[in-house]
Amino acid sequence: MNTVNLTMAIVLGGLYATGFYLLLQRSLMRVLLGIVILGHGANLLLQLAGGSQAGRPPMLGDAPIERMADPLPQAMALTAIVITFALTTFLLALAYRAWQLLGHDEVQDDVEDRRIRRLEAELAEADEETERELDSEATR
Amino acid sequence: MLALVISHLLVALLLPPVAMRHTRAAYLVAALPPAAALCWALAHAAAVLAGDQPVERVTWSATLGLEFVFRLDTLALVMTLLVSGIGVLVLLYSRWYFETPSGDAKRSAPLLLAFAGAMFGLVLADHLLTLYIFWELTTICSFLLVGQSGVSRESRRASLQALLVTTLGGLVMLLGFIVLGETSGTYRISRLAAEPPTGSAAAIATGLILVGAFTKSAQVPFHNWLPAAMVAPTPISAYLHAASMVKAGVFLIGRLTPVLSEVSYLPVVTAVFGLVTMFVGGWRALREYDLKLLLAYGTISQLGFLMVLAGSGSYTGELALAGMLLAHGAFKATLFLVIGIVDHQTGTRDIRELSGVGRRLPWVATVAALAAMSMAGVPPMIGFVAKEAAFEAYLGAGPAVAVEVGLVLGSVLTVAYTARLLVGGFASKRDTMPTEVHPPPVGMLLPPAVTALLCLALGVAYPVTDELAATYAERAVGHSGEYHLGLWHGFNLPLALSLITLLGGLALAAYNAGLNRLRDRLPSPLDAQRGYERVMGSLERLAVGVTGRVQVGSLPTYLGIILLTVLAVPGSVLLIRVTPIEQLRWWDNVLQLPLALVILIAAAGVVRATRRITAVLLVGVIGYAIGGMFIVGGGPDLALTQFLVETLTLIAFVLVLRRLPARFTETPSSRRVRLPKVLISLAGGVFVGFAALIFSSARDTPSAVSREYLEHAEEGTSATNVVNAIIIDFRAFDTVGELSVLAVAATGVASLVLSARSARRRKHARSDWESLSTAGRAPGERGGKGRT
Repeated sequence: MNTVNLTMAIVLGGLYATGFYLLLQRSLMRVLLGIVILGHGANLLLQLAGGSQAGRPPMLGDAPIERMADPLPQAMALTAIVITFALTTFLLALAYRAWQLLGHDEVQDDVEDRRIRRLEAELAEADEETERELDSEATR
Repeated sequence: MLALVISHLLVALLLPPVAMRHTRAAYLVAALPPAAALCWALAHAAAVLAGDQPVERVTWSATLGLEFVFRLDTLALVMTLLVSGIGVLVLLYSRWYFETPSGDAKRSAPLLLAFAGAMFGLVLADHLLTLYIFWELTTICSFLLVGQSGVSRESRRASLQALLVTTLGGLVMLLGFIVLGETSGTYRISRLAAEPPTGSAAAIATGLILVGAFTKSAQVPFHNWLPAAMVAPTPISAYLHAASMVKAGVFLIGRLTPVLSEVSYLPVVTAVFGLVTMFVGGWRALREYDLKLLLAYGTISQLGFLMVLAGSGSYTGELALAGMLLAHGAFKATLFLVIGIVDHQTGTRDIRELSGVGRRLPWVATVAALAAMSMAGVPPMIGFVAKEAAFEAYLGAGPAVAVEVGLVLGSVLTVAYTARLLVGGFASKRDTMPTEVHPPPVGMLLPPAVTALLCLALGVAYPVTDELAATYAERAVGHSGEYHLGLWHGFNLPLALSLITLLGGLALAAYNAGLNRLRDRLPSPLDAQRGYERVMGSLERLAVGVTGRVQVGSLPTYLGIILLTVLAVPGSVLLIRVTPIEQLRWWDNVLQLPLALVILIAAAGVVRATRRITAVLLVGVIGYAIGGMFIVGGGPDLALTQFLVETLTLIAFVLVLRRLPARFTETPSSRRVRLPKVLISLAGGVFVGFAALIFSSARDTPSAVSREYLEHAEEGTSATNVVNAIIIDFRAFDTVGELSVLAVAATGVASLVLSARSARRRKHARSDWESLSTAGRAPGERGGKGRT
């Protein structure tokens, strides 16, 4: 009775795919939009989980209880919408601040991690060299 | 018992301020708690030997079965005499040894006392976890005492090596304890001893515990931290790394002998490792020129000897172990303290530089000779008595013969390096100038003199020693034997072996110089120190390699990996468990179709948008369309909230967008980078779509909670809108939490935006001021300075 219909499944898939793709971008603004879209998808999923085909709002007196939509997922989704809003504005402020301080809003690679990668490359090179030396000594 | 242990630690805690001002007095104060422990143990000695064992329990978590349990049995009594007795003497000796204004002196008094407390707790522990805690406390004290101020590179490396090796062993041992405790249902050692565990669990636990014992007691191949730790001041080496801490491993095996009596491989493993250690230690000791290092390798050799005895599991073997523990504690502490005096009074410990010390310091030399005789096994010292018992323990046929031969050869080495120590340290040498020596203060000589006399007394008064050792051995193996410690057992094989050992050792010492030349020519392919360094080096190399490959530092890569994990793990489970989805249909309400179309088109638009405002507006379109979906799906409250929030979000975005460039500034990524992103995102979307279908089809009835809410909303809250009733009444606390999230976010936003504004204002003000002053129109201070 509660199975999500195919249209909605496609919509959910589309929303999540878009959200994931934006999340993988370098621009903070795009990442933020990705989070917003993922939030939309999640809220929709919550509401659909409560039974999509009843179509009757959970208002007492309008319909018998058996034919009402499940109120619990709706309450959760409602909370989720508001919290997503709080999160969005906060991230927006962060992105704005990053723009002010750095002059761009791109997510850059971690400098320390890059340094370790360089060290690893150097060490690997040194290892190879010593091996080569040992080999040449052995052949001599 | 607990009070005594705590008093050690408490005094140690209060001692540093005293040590700062009155360093010498601090050592006297520090000697008090061990002295109290010693008196207490002596007062209970008679009762313990009669079979009465005082027990103390403090439960600190009854539900978890965690408790401190202390028990004074014979082994604990023997070890307490060693730990507290030598502790008192070493602390008194330290009063003279350390130069008073030095940092080492101030630091060592409280640390030595803390160590004595930890060691005291360790030997009394009757609970595996209690034992482990004190075990690691001694390791930490050792780290701090070896490292001292950490100024010299050598002491840093030595203390780190000791810490790493012994804590590695300690962790493995903890694992063994847990296996033992969990399979037997109790961590109490006395209960475990009453019903020795059997089977593979006990065998595995024994292997793990042995690793801990071997690292702590410096057995090959873990032995090298001990000579390295000799950078510590001599009293510390004497106490920690000769007399007490390194014996913890041997003690542990002795303590667990009744528990592990069913593990058949234990005596074999301890015998093999112990004998190898005995050889390696003795062999290296014959080559060292530093008296302290010579003694350190000697200690390793003796620890190997003790390990063989501890694992023997036979009555005579355990008897010899108890005797040897006392003997080794006494003579090794004496020798270290004497070497400390020589070092302190001459300024060197090098055999090649010392000459004629014995003639100038006859009393010191006498003390050293007494201890050395005990070490070599010369009658009537305790060392001789204990060694006789050890030889007796392995009389017999079969594998015992191999162990016996090993013990004799190891003892030959012991005699040889003992002779090397005495001759090298105290004899007059023809080709060396007599060393300049100042006589030591009497207070400094007194502690080693006491222990040296103990070597003699324990041997001469062998019935007392025997009573102590025999009681321990009887309880450890569960039956008594005929053999007793003694000076004279008639003309028998052990006596002959003792004689062979002495003569062989002296001969070896005489020809040692020639042997050393030979030894230098032999290749040494297995160097434990190089092995340790190589392991540490490759560990660091591995860390760089793993970090360099795993921590690439790029956010998209991390997120991609997370998504791939989601696809791989829950995704594959989803594929495997495909249950037929019932009642599949295209839509429930025709209105869903146009809304879905709007959402999908807008989503595609967001992805392709290059202008920020377009993307934001399209996201708004998605939001409103989802509000529409809520209406169709029967959630008017949701829809209202969604419309409101969407509008607010749009406004916030537009406010920020005013200040940002119109287009996205990121450099467009290449096809090679974009394609995987597209594929991963599409796969993620498909995964979510499928998951939604399958999860929702698994749920056939509304939850009982929802039903309760529906039924009781009206009478409980007098509201007909059930969603409202849930948010405001049934789950009101959740809503309060939500409100606080909102408040926190608002505060964050406000502080971020306002700080930006004030920074801008400051900047403006400064640039205005500068433009004014450089133009020279303002008669400001800065402008004035600029002109002059």
